[in-house]
Amino acid sequence: MSWLIQTLWSSIGKKLMMAVTGLCFCIFLVGHLAGNLTIYAGKDAFDAYAEGLHALGPLLTLIELGLLIFAIIHITTGLTLFYQNLRARPTRNKVTKRGGGRTIASATMPYTGIILLMFVVMHLINFSFVDKSETTIAQIVSQKFENPIYVLIYVAAMIIVAFHVRHGFWSAFQTLGANHPKYMTTLMALSIILGLVVGFGFGMLPLYISLFS
Amino acid sequence: MNKFISLTLRIWRQKRPNEKGQFETYPAKDISTDISILEMLDVINEQLTLEGKDPIAFDHDCREGICGMCGAVVNGHPHGSEKGTTLCQLHMRHFSDGDTIVIEPWRSRAFPIIKDLAVDRSALDRIIQAGGYISVNTGGAPDANAIPIAQEAADKAMDAAACIGCGACVAACPNASAMLFSGAKISHLALLPQGKPEAAKRAIHMLMAMDALGFGNCSNERECEVQCPKEISIVNIARMNREFLKASFFSSEK
Ligand code: FES
Repeated sequence: MSWLIQTLWSSIGKKLMMAVTGLCFCIFLVGHLAGNLTIYAGKDAFDAYAEGLHALGPLLTLIELGLLIFAIIHITTGLTLFYQNLRARPTRNKVTKRGGGRTIASATMPYTGIILLMFVVMHLINFSFVDKSETTIAQIVSQKFENPIYVLIYVAAMIIVAFHVRHGFWSAFQTLGANHPKYMTTLMALSIILGLVVGFGFGMLPLYISLFS
Repeated sequence: MNKFISLTLRIWRQKRPNEKGQFETYPAKDISTDISILEMLDVINEQLTLEGKDPIAFDHDCREGICGMCGAVVNGHPHGSEKGTTLCQLHMRHFSDGDTIVIEPWRSRAFPIIKDLAVDRSALDRIIQAGGYISVNTGGAPDANAIPIAQEAADKAMDAAACIGCGACVAACPNASAMLFSGAKISHLALLPQGKPEAAKRAIHMLMAMDALGFGNCSNERECEVQCPKEISIVNIARMNREFLKASFFSSEK
């Protein structure tokens, strides 16, 4: 087994873990977004979707457990990489210029990641770990977004998610070794598209809810 | 036509490893635009020597862009901002009269500063020693076409083998990672039949060596491929990742 630990805790191994868990989160985001779009169909549709989701029972618990484990892996590995990378250059150059490879998204990955962690915790407290015996999720959601501060926080968080996904998605493929002249431009474009879809898709929801419900 | 320019140089001076260094300002008067930045440093060093001062230490050898010995960060870019150019091939015609040029050494935990602009890049040699070779019996040179190699593989291997090991990728990387160097070296051999027998062992051992030397981890920032004087692509990093994962999970090598 020591070979497995050696592999996974090597620099490429850690990136592999980031890539696999990150890609799973991308799939999760798309699924989550698809479900949330029922909000546009009205409160009943959204509540029906939530009910349907909970009707999955143990399967849902399994998915949640999986997400939790993946989150722990993604966060601990990410923070380790962040720390090691800071350590690798104790003194910085006085002048550093970009050559054109780095993007805002790639340069801010650790920071957007940490902000997203805080957001996810808040999001779970807001909508997951609440007493839903008397109200429905649609009511809780529209109540929350009556407060403009929440709308602002959620929209801002979704812009941050967009950036994190924009670098993370193509980067995961590169890490897995999937860099191919025929597909790389498409992957790069897909990465931007996915960032935009996630950013706009989720980001418009709080605005819509606060304005129209 | 000979043109002359005058510049202000801000150069990192550090007497020895682990000692505090600082920037010194030097005026560079009437510098021919035909000379390279290293030749300009030669001119400055002549003056410093005449004044009885310590000349600026910097690494160099071939001065024709093929040996990989030179290297410094010029105005924030490793080897300067010209594309596909080593420091020794960076000519003063790319600067204008009155410019200030900031020259700093490579910065990385794995590359300790020896003096001024000269850094110890033997960490890259450690990576090569860990597996960047093939084991063959010495003897007469083999026949040129005894082993058939597809043109495409030969081309890709040559693109990777263009790496001169200057360390600019480490200097360019926001994480001070040596993945482009290691990726180029692993790719170069993995693509050729001569490198295949030891491919798995090589990938694992070179990566372990790289990790142990204190380089950072790649986060696909792509600064390395843009700044590389030999324009080596991160395709080689992807290949290294594949080679390492293949070796780790599917070979008996440890
Ligand atoms: S001195 Fe040989 S590459 Fe610059």
